[in-house]
Amino acid sequence: MWHNFRMPSKSRAEHEPLVVTKNLCRTYGRIRALQNLNLSLRRGEILGLLGPNGAGKTTAIHILLGLLAATSGEASVLGLSPFKERHQIAKRVNFSSAYVQLPSNLKVMENLTLYAKLYGVPNSPSKIQELLELFEITHLRNRITGSLSAGEKTRLGLIKCLLNDPLLLLLDEPTVSLDPEMADTVRKILKRIQRERNMGILYTSHNMPEVQEMCDRILFIHQGRTITEGLPGDILKAFESQTLEQVFIKIVRSGDLISP
Amino acid sequence: MMDSLSRINAMFFRYACLHKRSLPRTLEIVFWPVMELLVWGFVTLYLQRLSDSVVFQAVVFLINAMIFWDILYRSQQGVSISFVEDIWTQNIVNLLISPLRISEWIIATFLYGLTKIIVITSVLSGIAFTFYQFNLIEKLGLYLIPLMANLLLFGWALGIVTAGLVIRWGHAVEALIWGIPFLIQPFSAIFYPLSTLPPALQLISKLLPSTYVFEGMRFVIQNRRLPLEYFLIALGLNTVYFVLAGLFFNQMYHGARASGRLGKLGMD
Repeated sequence: MWHNFRMPSKSRAEHEPLVVTKNLCRTYGRIRALQNLNLSLRRGEILGLLGPNGAGKTTAIHILLGLLAATSGEASVLGLSPFKERHQIAKRVNFSSAYVQLPSNLKVMENLTLYAKLYGVPNSPSKIQELLELFEITHLRNRITGSLSAGEKTRLGLIKCLLNDPLLLLLDEPTVSLDPEMADTVRKILKRIQRERNMGILYTSHNMPEVQEMCDRILFIHQGRTITEGLPGDILKAFESQTLEQVFIKIVRSGDLISP
Repeated sequence: MMDSLSRINAMFFRYACLHKRSLPRTLEIVFWPVMELLVWGFVTLYLQRLSDSVVFQAVVFLINAMIFWDILYRSQQGVSISFVEDIWTQNIVNLLISPLRISEWIIATFLYGLTKIIVITSVLSGIAFTFYQFNLIEKLGLYLIPLMANLLLFGWALGIVTAGLVIRWGHAVEALIWGIPFLIQPFSAIFYPLSTLPPALQLISKLLPSTYVFEGMRFVIQNRRLPLEYFLIALGLNTVYFVLAGLFFNQMYHGARASGRLGKLGMD
């Protein structure tokens, strides 16, 4: 079953793709982590990349970040190859994951200064201050990163990935360790920044209500294969479900039966 | 160019920050070298009292060798420990996706290692002078510079190889960071002259730049001059090893990228 739905209407300029993959495949020995992934992400769009653990989401993100070579197929980020032209891309892309940390033995301000320097952020002290205020952790600026709570570390990671005003943001479960109130705040901040800066975001999460709230479009993958792609409302209709969580469960429990 | 210098400066800042508030980490820079120098320095001092001027000469060689060995060891560690530090703190992916180039990262580790070596050498020289009346600068004079430069280069080449292994295989090969320098120790004629080794092992020794540095160091102490060929052979070998180490690292890095290991560093 392959659902390919309409794109949300945007101006032509905004439709210039930030990310395009064509028949992207990655195997690890006999394991097919990714099979013919076709996705596109435009400026101003949030694309939810969903799937159960081991579906191939991290593999796809690693290929787009230039950390991993594809076995076959094509990937393009900002019109360039992430594997061959990583350095040209790196200044305009950023990434945050619940599973990647900033050095725990540095202070919050030291970490942010380090990354501001690495990304060549102009006027970095005021930029850092602005983001610290936005994520409500200004009071933590002189704290050792290792002493922060999981939620505070998550917010710090998000600040790091917004330092360079990226055109494209890859967020791997960005709110996983936040309490519901803070997760809501963070989602609102991300959404606001994304709109203001016309940023493209590739978003992975297992929190389906969050995905429904955040994402303009969704791509479900399972066992490395694309199961369905489209607007959240259209996917709900196609799967005759009330929530994305129900869709998620249907897809995972159906296994191969639901594959294209 | 300015962007590149700024990123190198950023990484140096990152490593320097580690020492700002961690006394144990800062003391660790000099702790082991100082302990070794104290123990072996006093042992050699004792031997000197028991015997004649030949032993006195050996004492001078040994103290010098200990300081020089530490330069080699710490320069290798400066590069490899810096890499592993970012694996331990699960920060490596953040660095690998940033505009930081691997070459800039390695240069930053060189500078960080060099700073540590200046501290270590100063402290050890001070201790040697205080307790054993041994003046490193007086013994070696300006020859200290070419000798130390060759040791640094070789240590860095070894560091690049170790860092390559760590990038490719992660935690599994961390023990090699501390082990690799000891692989070359018996063949580098550090604590004894090259002629002490059996002829077959001398062939291995002659392929190591460190051998010419330690032989050169003894020659300077005895003859107040450094044979140019010692310096040039060491420099030539270092150039070859530096290029080979760079190629090896590149191979390891691309291997890790191809296998998917790069994105998983620090998560196993």
